[in-house]
Amino acid sequence: MTGPAAAGTGALLEVSGVTVRLAVEGARRPVLREVSLDIRPGEAVGLVGESGSGKSMTARAVGRLLPRGAEVTGTIRFAGRDVAGLSGAELRGYRGQVAMIFQDPRAHTNPVRRIGDFLTEALRTNQGVPAREATQRAVDMLAQVGIEDGARRLRQYPHQLSGGLLQRVMIAAALLTGPRLLLADEPTTALDVTTQAEVMAILDDLRRRLGLGMLFITHDLELAAAICDRTAVMYAGQIVEIRESALLHSDPLHPYTAALAAARPDIARTAPRLRAIPGRPLSAFEAPEGACSFAPRCAHAEDRCRATAPGIIELDGGLSRCLRARDLRGQLGGEPEHEARPGQPAGPLEAADA
Amino acid sequence: MRDAAAPATPAVPPAGDRAAVLEVTGLRKEFGELVAVDGVSFSLPPAGSLAIVGESGSGKTTIARMIVGLERPTAGAITACGADRSRPARSAADRRRRGREVQIVFQDPYTSLDPRQTAEETLAEVIRLHHRWPPARRRERVAELTGMVGLDARQARSVPRALSGGQRQRVAIARALAAEPRVLILDESVAALDVSIQAQVLNLLADIRDRTGVSYILISHDLAVVRQLTDEVIVMRRGKVVEQGPTGQVLDHPCHPYTQRLRASVPRPGWKPQMVAAAAGEAGSG
Repeated sequence: MTGPAAAGTGALLEVSGVTVRLAVEGARRPVLREVSLDIRPGEAVGLVGESGSGKSMTARAVGRLLPRGAEVTGTIRFAGRDVAGLSGAELRGYRGQVAMIFQDPRAHTNPVRRIGDFLTEALRTNQGVPAREATQRAVDMLAQVGIEDGARRLRQYPHQLSGGLLQRVMIAAALLTGPRLLLADEPTTALDVTTQAEVMAILDDLRRRLGLGMLFITHDLELAAAICDRTAVMYAGQIVEIRESALLHSDPLHPYTAALAAARPDIARTAPRLRAIPGRPLSAFEAPEGACSFAPRCAHAEDRCRATAPGIIELDGGLSRCLRARDLRGQLGGEPEHEARPGQPAGPLEAADA
Repeated sequence: MRDAAAPATPAVPPAGDRAAVLEVTGLRKEFGELVAVDGVSFSLPPAGSLAIVGESGSGKTTIARMIVGLERPTAGAITACGADRSRPARSAADRRRRGREVQIVFQDPYTSLDPRQTAEETLAEVIRLHHRWPPARRRERVAELTGMVGLDARQARSVPRALSGGQRQRVAIARALAAEPRVLILDESVAALDVSIQAQVLNLLADIRDRTGVSYILISHDLAVVRQLTDEVIVMRRGKVVEQGPTGQVLDHPCHPYTQRLRASVPRPGWKPQMVAAAAGEAGSG
């Protein structure tokens, strides 16, 4: 149903070759490297990776929320318009169309202001909606996210709501301005697992009903696969694979995706030993020039992987940034092996962080 | 008791030491009106591994805090290595003895390590506290501990700031092991780690149990981690134990509706969040 990201034509969001550098201690360091990603209207795309891989920075670049002094190359287009050129009223309009939901709702609400103020602020100040109508729309939207006693909730303060309830309020806030794209950055990571399921069910239903596109950021490969049409996997500031979610586990195209899935313990069985990935994840600025960033930890790396920076190639309906992607077809993913591979770390000494 | 797939046989404890290393009976904790922990009992054998599972507010961390002596139980008994510890320690020597019985590793090693102490200094201090050893013997033990948790020489001489999250958690584990405890409480100790690092630390913990015969209490909300590391599990909700048994059995065939709902909430291939709400409705535990 969903193929690889088709360049241009009909995409709601087109991220093309975006590199972002931030000034750290006087030096410009890359945090994103040549990131390209499209989202079609109504499509959910997952963005998965470990800490420092650049997934949150990608969402910030799209939301025009990068830190001051960030140097951006490449283009980000929303509904055909270059986002970099927007300012003033146009930028506010864009932010109404592209709504963000963050991991920690408490960090994104003002503790001394009521839920009602928070929910109606954007409507009243950016869209000039009268207060009474804004309040009614807020109550209606709260009902849509499963909060029935909305009028009472509007008078409450953030500390009076549980984490799950507050995150539903954040979703309602994001939807109130009538966006076409949601940027959800680990929206359920801080929630209990049963609450996560409730919040995800609401988000998923509403998104489908309203036909919204979504960029869903998570460290949880399984959650991304369950929620998103396609999933992009990031490593060291680059996208290393984009794949239809249904195929991500059974038929990955990049050794990192396969290794990530295999390293995770399985709720259905106790493994004699987990297949840990040796070393630690690299940040974008630590990644070697002219080589594959994952090569030092990759069980399939050859000499050429350490001497050539791989480009993105199209393969079997997905995208992979691996020089050996074609050779490795059919060898990645599937049922986990039961024994450690030869040459893989057997003891804690070898498994130490790099 | 271990899952059939698990190959590792825990180290055989010394003869005559088969009794439980930790016994908790009728444990209760009230904070004012709130009953945080209500009638919790379990027993942990040498080289055993028990998970306490539950969501926020279930009382699982309060149990850990009572076992290590950070909270005083309202009622019930805690016995470690045959000695009662439900009342505060009476002397420094008593406190040190308790430290050799039970140690704890918290979720965030960054806030539980001294920012000015290197890993080696941290370990040496704990060893000095518990043993009157000459410096050479102490250095030997520090090297043994850093080796056991897989820290290299440079990392062992680093302060926490210079280490990654996974490396810091290794330091915290080594510090807990320096006291040679019989029981190690892991309070969400791998929850904050990246997947690839978490797998390394879980393998390390399995190795350490095989090698030293230490027992684990794993406090976790992550059922896959619980499956990997523990033999027995207790499932808690609002301070009470709702289900208790061998980990494999409880996760494969959960009996209590709440355990069923927890299990159903974990994303997996083919999972849809809407299924959980539907299952909760059927189970009658909205």
